[in-house]
Amino acid sequence: MNRYLLPLGIFAVIAVFLAIGLGLDPREVPSPLIDKPAPAFSLPRLHQPAETFSHADMKGKVWLLNVWASWCVACREEHPVLVEFAKTGVIPVIGLNYKDERRDGLRWLAQFGDPYELSAFDYDGRIGIDYGVYGVPESFLIDKNGVIRYKRIGVITPEIIRDKIIPLVRQLNGNA
Amino acid sequence: MRSLAALAAVLLAFAAHAAGPQASDPALDKRVAALTQDLRCLVCQNQTIADSQAPLAIDLKNQVIEKIKQGASDQEIVDYMVARYGDFVLYRPPLKATTLALWFGPAALFVLALFVLFRNLARRRRESPDAPLSEAERKRAEALLGKTEKESK
Repeated sequence: MNRYLLPLGIFAVIAVFLAIGLGLDPREVPSPLIDKPAPAFSLPRLHQPAETFSHADMKGKVWLLNVWASWCVACREEHPVLVEFAKTGVIPVIGLNYKDERRDGLRWLAQFGDPYELSAFDYDGRIGIDYGVYGVPESFLIDKNGVIRYKRIGVITPEIIRDKIIPLVRQLNGNA
Repeated sequence: MRSLAALAAVLLAFAAHAAGPQASDPALDKRVAALTQDLRCLVCQNQTIADSQAPLAIDLKNQVIEKIKQGASDQEIVDYMVARYGDFVLYRPPLKATTLALWFGPAALFVLALFVLFRNLARRRRESPDAPLSEAERKRAEALLGKTEKESK
């Protein structure tokens, strides 16, 4: 009896590990920035190049920083979801236009709608590096004290807004 | 001859492109190469920053060059990358409580496998000793052998 149980047991253990492995997304690397202060930056705005936007401008607010680019295919998929989310006015959504040409970024927003309160213009991608961005779109939920509380690598879906972002915003607004 | 020169020019251009961002000074090149070979490109996860031509890898290579020029130590540059991208950016994962299984798991499995192997071998030896056959066993063996011999005739 033992003779059959042992291989069966080993098989079961391997099967469980493989099943867990199938469900993991290797692209989703845990960010070391969670629960750390959002990296400081001050960048020109996309629409008003003469004006700058700084992370400090958002102090006291819970806000979403969404990294996007006109060349990013997945951003187009995400965009309508963000436009809808911005309409609800739950929290301000700020764009970080990442490694893009200003002209292309502006045209993209004109064409597909602009969910952003404003977009900061990160032409050389340096701020992106500070935020550990490696696959656009990425989004950061930042609390009133400027601490990153949640990071989404990849497209934000209505489910993520409903199940992750909104509950967290509620909690952050309640506590602080 | 002219086409050969053109070909050489094209190849050179390719080579220059493939090499990506480069520093001019050889000592610097060496440090950049050593550092970028230990850093993972997060876009194409099984390549180092040195190998990868992804735009982000090129940016990070430039960042490494810039930091070295600013006088940062290797450790400072590695820390800079880890602060942004996490331990995952390192090709050699650090030894931590969470990575113990990764570092010692294979050795532990090997020791366990050796243990099981030797135990099984010892048991097999115990179960089939080389002792001579008893009288009864010999008779039985002969009977069986004789029977098969007769059958085969």
